[in-house]
Parts: sequence; structure tokens; C-alpha cells
Amino acid sequence: MTPRRWTRFILPTYTGLVIAYLFVPIAVMIAFGFNATSSKRNTSWQGFTLDWYRNLFDVPDLTEALRNSLTIAALSALIATVLGTMIGMALARHRFRGKPSVDLLLFANIAAPEIALGAALLSLFITLGIPRGYGTILIAHVMFSIGYVAVTVRARLTGFDESVVEAARDLGAGPWTAFRTVTLPLIYPGILAGALLAFALSIDDYIITSFNSGQTLTFPLWVFGASRVGVPPQVNVMGTIIFAVGVLAAVANAVMLRRAANSRIVRTSA
Amino acid sequence: MELDLRADLPVVARRQRNSRRRKRLAPYALLLPGWLWLVAFFVVPTFVMLSLSLQTGSLEEGYRQTFNWSTYSDALTTYRPQLTRSLVYALIVTGIALVVSYPMAYWIAFHGGHRKSSFLLLLLLPFFVSFVIRTLSWQFLLSDDGIVLGPLKRAGLLTDDFHILATSAAVIGGLVYNFLPFMALPLYVALERIDPKLLEAAGDLYANRAAAFWHVVLPLSLPGVFAGVLLTFVPAAADFINAAILGGTNTTMIGTIIQSRFLTNNDYPKGAALSFILMAILLAGVFAYAKVLGTEEALDASAA
Amino acid sequence: MDIDPALLRGLTEQRYSRRGVMRGAGIGASALTAQAFLAACGVKAKKTPAASSSSATVPSSAATSGSASASASASASASASASASSSASASATEAASSAFWQQQTLAKQLNIASWPLYIDNEEVNGKVVRPSLEAFSKETGIKVSYKEVIQDTGSFFGVQQPVFAAGKDTGYDLMVLTNGVFLSKMISLGYVIELDQSLLPNFYANADKSILNPSYDPGNRFTVPWQSGLTGIAYDPAKTKRPITSFNDLFDPAFKGKVGMFGDTLDLPNFALAGIGVDPEKSTPDDWRKAAAKLKEQRSGGLVRKYYTQDYIDPLTKGDIWLSMAWSGDVFQAKLDKPELEFVIPLEGGVLWTDNMCIPAKAKHPLDAITFMDYVYLPEVAATIAEYVNYITPVAAARDAIKAHAAKASGEDKAALEALIDSPLIFPSQEDLARTYRFRVLNPQEEKEWNSIFEPIFQS
Repeated sequence: MTPRRWTRFILPTYTGLVIAYLFVPIAVMIAFGFNATSSKRNTSWQGFTLDWYRNLFDVPDLTEALRNSLTIAALSALIATVLGTMIGMALARHRFRGKPSVDLLLFANIAAPEIALGAALLSLFITLGIPRGYGTILIAHVMFSIGYVAVTVRARLTGFDESVVEAARDLGAGPWTAFRTVTLPLIYPGILAGALLAFALSIDDYIITSFNSGQTLTFPLWVFGASRVGVPPQVNVMGTIIFAVGVLAAVANAVMLRRAANSRIVRTSA
Repeated sequence: MELDLRADLPVVARRQRNSRRRKRLAPYALLLPGWLWLVAFFVVPTFVMLSLSLQTGSLEEGYRQTFNWSTYSDALTTYRPQLTRSLVYALIVTGIALVVSYPMAYWIAFHGGHRKSSFLLLLLLPFFVSFVIRTLSWQFLLSDDGIVLGPLKRAGLLTDDFHILATSAAVIGGLVYNFLPFMALPLYVALERIDPKLLEAAGDLYANRAAAFWHVVLPLSLPGVFAGVLLTFVPAAADFINAAILGGTNTTMIGTIIQSRFLTNNDYPKGAALSFILMAILLAGVFAYAKVLGTEEALDASAA
Repeated sequence: MDIDPALLRGLTEQRYSRRGVMRGAGIGASALTAQAFLAACGVKAKKTPAASSSSATVPSSAATSGSASASASASASASASASASSSASASATEAASSAFWQQQTLAKQLNIASWPLYIDNEEVNGKVVRPSLEAFSKETGIKVSYKEVIQDTGSFFGVQQPVFAAGKDTGYDLMVLTNGVFLSKMISLGYVIELDQSLLPNFYANADKSILNPSYDPGNRFTVPWQSGLTGIAYDPAKTKRPITSFNDLFDPAFKGKVGMFGDTLDLPNFALAGIGVDPEKSTPDDWRKAAAKLKEQRSGGLVRKYYTQDYIDPLTKGDIWLSMAWSGDVFQAKLDKPELEFVIPLEGGVLWTDNMCIPAKAKHPLDAITFMDYVYLPEVAATIAEYVNYITPVAAARDAIKAHAAKASGEDKAALEALIDSPLIFPSQEDLARTYRFRVLNPQEEKEWNSIFEPIFQS
């Protein structure tokens, strides 16, 4: 067997198969969003229909769960991105006493099993007699997202040339102006990546949410509950729409990055 | 660090003009809000959980602190099978995920060409669908007379009582599926950092490609392996959704037990003790593992 | 459900117009039109503390169920014995309870926590409509928020418990909870509000005598049944290739890996106790261990595919399991997808359970809640609900109402309604009921032992 065969044929085929495998369950989800099922259990193909797209918001509790998921994900991504970016900047640009302990804290936060994070927060809420609900879900989601954002932002900032900011300050820019006009444009891909990660972690979380949700249901919680008696096709449709939006956002992002890269090449070669 | 912050805060307000001092204090000011959030909702709760695990009582009588360490030994003896099973499952899952994703990450990193980012995107896209839905899809696909096994059985390729659901294999398969990208992405990042020229040099240096791979590529990709193992092993060991949807008898994982102790039985001390044991085992393993690389590098690798 | 939404709409419309002319003289005496009973239970209708019959034991020997005059007399004697006994032993809690009820006014809002698919529910022009709730709102002016948030009583209780412990309002005015250890806990911990029996005239007029005065809540002090059901065995005859009749069929090696059991500390243990020939309510810890040993043998023999929590119907219709412990109403609904499914009460006996309406402590709208509790005991309302949920209705007279609906319906609807009338799952015969047992009531000490015996069976 020649090396060329490995890289030209075997490995690419293998990669294609693995990626196809990742998409199998998603194909099932999309297909059964079009199933003209009359039963409570959407498990056998009964013909094509667009009914579930037309009647997407017919299951009031499901709609509310989806709304909760989207707003919690947006809010927690916003808060975690601000707090996490600040930590990331502090770690990447400054040397200070206590830095190792902050490193340790972030590492433990990322490495701890989700169920232990959820159980610990629940212990706190039980002990203090705090009723669980929307607010406690939000607290939990920000908590487990901060570490990821901080580390992502720090990774982007490593190698950041501090003298650029110094120069701006010398030219009379205040600290906020310097951040807004110099630092932010340079690190914003890192921040954006962190924010997207936080959003994705939040909207898909089941384990921590199940411990701290009280009566508030999120999309994954509702779906898991419904799976015991029959998942309505609207769930497939909502999943398909979220997936489609995600695909569009990711493709747009990739195109933008490629354009940016191309223009850089043009500039350096000129 | 804690003391520093408190002592220095008023100073920040008073002497904002002193640039040197400001520079010294800037990192603390930046850290403070996020740090407080993590302390209040991660560090403190962990200690509250520790305290809760040592209490005794019941819902009717209330819980009192009695430093009852026997909860830990009770929990360990009662739930040892589930705990062991979770760790064994996670180990198998991590191994399979590593073996499955390494060749793929290798090919994308060295031969993906200009389509590298498209391949990465494809690895990430499944995450846009809730993992509960994806796992339910597998349950549908793998049912005994379902669209995969049904035709195989009718063709006589499988015996009638062959089934995948409700076995350990189904749970492990579900976990591998759900956590595969967590392994593949860090592997890719580590491999992508390797200079292709090094490969050429190694090709000249060693007699065959296998040796070149073994002595050059593999060692250089270890940070990625570390991050991948971390991101796969920990969540796999603590998961309970896959066992609930795809499992059967004798597939209960420790996560199921912790969840039912807390949320169904209101047996908080035992639930807290079990989470603490699980967290201790996993974090101890992770930190021991991290020592080889140092936390900072490990963190970067896991974030990249 | 195959029942035409238009039919249900027609039924509810009819009810408005026929208000006050409720069929059956039995309703006459104490069951009133919604307007009248609202007036009766409003604040203006002041009553003496003695009328609050909280500790009264309702005579269960009253009469045959469903018979009009008998129901009326049951209600009459209930209130008679109520005043008699409470004058003797008017406890402090009773006085407090009646004082509480006298302060309540209708808030025109009601928040219900219930189970999925547990009330009539139809899609009309792409909108989900719950006819009986709509009718209730129309008649009483009470707006209803109905949430299907309960998957199982245990985890629902687990979620609510900290709220109760903190003395806060759960946000619900009415919860539907299965009798058993969690409901008993709710009662013993003071998490539910004691009911004012004088506000339940329809309940006493129309409730089937078999559900009055249950062992888990003597005198219905805190709860009123919503629906009841049977735990038995469901099976697919095409797969088992023989009729299933006995608890021991769940142990037949021919069904290796094709048996479904429940993974809980309520149905599984009580059903197994009945299976080994012990009345759960009279069982001892020794019996528990015997039942557990039997279940362990079943598990280690590889017979059990999985211990399910409500999710056994799907694998049963798909053929992943051939026979399973099951709830009667689930099977009736599943028959619409797969008509060949069968449900049996095993020879050794099944378990009869009841889901109960109760008012959680600190509820904001208790009077609205108790108004609803009584409203669903109107036979027409009970019939509408039974036609959809297919469990055992607590109102025997609902059968006549369904018969009347069937007489007016045609085609598929008629067949569906007629199937309902004759179904032993909805209206079990006396012989069927004689073969059923009730859940064991456990004190906290016993509960610990019970759990430690039975949990290892499904949690491993």
C-alpha cells in the first residue's frame, strides 16, 4: 500500500464516513418534521406534510420552553462574555499575584463534571431556601460559561502587542477609548467565538439545568419529558430551524473569515 | 489573592490618577466581577455541598449537621457498581473516540487543504441540534425491528432476538457519538500546529512513515490528546441521558443515582456525597494528568 | 384520539344551554348549576365552623354507585355526620381551616399542574383547545392556566419541596398527584390545604362510592380524586403467541429480554406484592423482601429489558418489548395506534391507584381551585374528560352521559364512544375491582426500609 493511497483514498473516505455518521440522527430529525403522523408517537412514516411548519407554535408549553431556552442562552452568553472577556484580558495582559489561583479556578470550573456543578448549586439553593426557576438557570449557565469564554479570549490575546495600546494612550486616548478603538477590534474574533460557545453551551444544556430549573422548562428539558409519552413533530421542526440558522451563521462566518484572509494576502503581497 | 482584592478596592477609587498603581490594580479590577460570580456560584456551593453531605435527617425532621462521614462509606458500598460502571464506560468511550477521531483529525490537519475550515464546520454543525434530540433519534434508528435492524433481520443476517438498545453497547455508542467532536477538535488543533516541514524532515530521518509518525507526530499532538481526553472522559462519566434513553437493566450510571437522590428522593446528603466522590475522582485524575503539561497549557489546548 | 373535535365542541355547547336541566334527578338535590353553586360557595354564604366537616368520616356504605337517590342520600348523610362529629371534636386546625376558607374570595384565576395528555384536548383549526376547561371558564369566569408539568409524582415533589419548605407559593393552585408516599408526605408536612367539604356538593352527589374516604386520605380531608387507573400487564399477542393471564407470565423464560417493568418505588413494589399473593396494604417488611427477591430473580434471569418510567408504550408498539407492566389508560390510547395490544389484570391481582387533586399550601387562588374540583364532578364534565383520557372516571354517572353522546354520534365517533362504554379499562367491573389492591401507606421509617429494599432492583 502506497502512502498516496492512504492520503488520497483511504483517509478521505474514512473522514467522510465519520462525518456522515455524525449527521445520521439529524437527518432523521429533519425527515420526521415532515411526517404526516396522526398518532401521538411520531415514529412511523405516514406521508409528507408541511402541517407542522404551519402549526409550529401549537403546543403552548413547548413554545414557552423554546422561548426560555433562547432568552436564557442570549442573556447568559452576554453576561458570561463580558465577565469572561475581562478575566481573559487580565490573564493575558497582566502579571499579578494570585494568577495561579485564578488559573486553577478556571481549570477546575471547566474540568469539573457538569452533574457536580449542578448538584453543588442546588445544594446552595436548598440550604438558602431560594426557589428555583428562570433566575437560577441563568445563574448556573453564566457560571459554567465564564471559564470557556475566559480561556478562549485569553488564547486569542496571547501574543497581543501591548505597545499598540501604549501608543494610543500616549496619543491621548482614555482607557475606554483605547479599549474600544484598539484592543476590541483586535480581539473581537476571540470574543465572538467565546460568545458563540457560551450560547451553544447554554441552549443545549440538560444536566445542570435539570438540577436548577424548578418549574421553568427549557427546550431540552421539555423534549426529554415529552419523550416518555411521545414527542410532537413540532420538536423536529424547531430542531430543524435552529439547525438551519446555525448552519447559515457558521457558513456566513466562514465566508467572512476567508474574505478577511484573502484581503490580508492581497495587502501583504502588494 | 482574596485579601489583596478587598484591601485594594477603596484604593482604586481614591487614586485613579496614579498610573503605576492603576496598572498594578487593573488586573484585579478586570477579574473581580467574574471571579466573584465563580466564587459565589461555584466555590461556595461546592463547600455547601460538602457540608450538606455530612448532615443527617429527613424532609420531615429537617437536616442537621452531624459530620456523619458514614454517608460516604454507605454511598460507596451501595453504589460501587454504578460508579465503577460509569468510569469503565467513560474509559471505553474515550478510547474509542480517540481511535476513531485521530485518523480523521490527522487527515484534515495535513491534507484538508483549503477546505480545512469546511471540514471543521461539519464537525461542529451537529451541535446545533440538542443532544437530547440526537440521542432520541438513535433510539428510533436502533429499535429492535426498526429501520436498521428490521431489514437485516428479515434478510436473515441477524437472529430475531438480536438487539442493540438496552445494552451496554448502546449506551457506550451513544456516548461516543455525543462526545466524538469534543475529541476530534482539540486533536485537530494540536495536529494543525505541527509544521509540515517537520514531517518531511522526519520522513528523511526515519526509515518508514510509521516510525516517523511514532517519533514525531504523535509526541507533538499529545497536548491535543490531553485536551480531548479531558473533554470526553469527564462528561461521559457523569452523563445520565444516554443511559436513560438507550440503556436497559444493568446500565445505570452514577449520574442517574445522583439525580434521583437529589430530585426524587430528597436524600440530599447521599446525593451530595456521591457528587463529591465523583468530582473528587475526576478532578484528581485530571490534575494528575495535567501535571504532565501544566495547567495553563492544558487550558489553552482545551479551549482552542 | 379519533373523537371528532367538532363533536366535543357540540357537546360543550349543549352543556351551556342545558345548564340547570342536568339529566338525572340525583344531581338535583346538591349538585347545582355552576352559577348556583358558585353563589353557594362564595363568601356571602357564611357557614358555622361546624359545617366544615374536615374530620368527618364519610360513610362509604351509603348506597350503590350511580343511583341518583343514593348519591343524594350519601351527600346528605355525609353532612349530617359531619356536623355531628365536628361538634364533638372541633380541633384547632379545623377552626383554622374554616376561618381560612371564610376569608377566601374568587380570584377568577386558576393555575393547574397536571400530567401530559390528562385532560380533554383537541386541535381545532390548528389551535389546542381544552373543551372542559373552556366550558369551566365560560361558566365561572375563572381563567385557567393549565400546565402539563408532572412527569412523575416523585420528581415533581422533589422540585416543589424546597418551595414548600421555604413557605413560598409554588405558583399553582391545584396539583394532580398520585396517592402514595409523596402525597402522604405532602399531607403530613402540611404542604396541602385542608378542604372545606361544604364546598364540594357535586363531589358528594356524584362521586362513585368506591373512591370516597380512601385509606391515604380518610374523609377526603385534603384530596379529591381526578381519575383512577389500574396497574396490570399489557402485551402484544402476536409476539407472546399466547394470552397473558398471570403475574408469573412476566417470569416466563420464553420472554427473555422482552419484559418491561416499572422503575419506581410505587407501582413496582405494590404490583409485585400483589403478584406474590400479598395484599400490599397489609404487607410486612418480610413480604417486601420476598417480593424483592422475586423481582431480583427476574432481573438476573435476563428477563427484564428495562425498568421504564412512563416510556414503555413506545417500545411496546414497536415490538422492542412484548409484555410490560402498564397503566390501563395508556393501553387504551395505544390501541388507537396498535389495536392488537391487550391489557389484563393478572389473576393474582393488580393495583388500583388514584390521582388526586389537592390545593398546595400558600396557593393564591384556593377558592377557584376548589370550585374546579367540584365542577369536574358534574357527570357531563366527567364524561368529556373520560372520553379523552380513557382512565377510570370517579363519576359513575359519566357512563350514561357517554352513552347519550354515543347515541347521538355516528360512524367512527359512535364506535369510539361505544368502545369506551364497554371497556373494562374505563369502567371496570366489580369482579375486576375485587382483584385489585391499593398502595401501601408508609410512614417515614418504613419508607426508608421499603426504598432500600426496592430501589436496588431498578437502579443498577
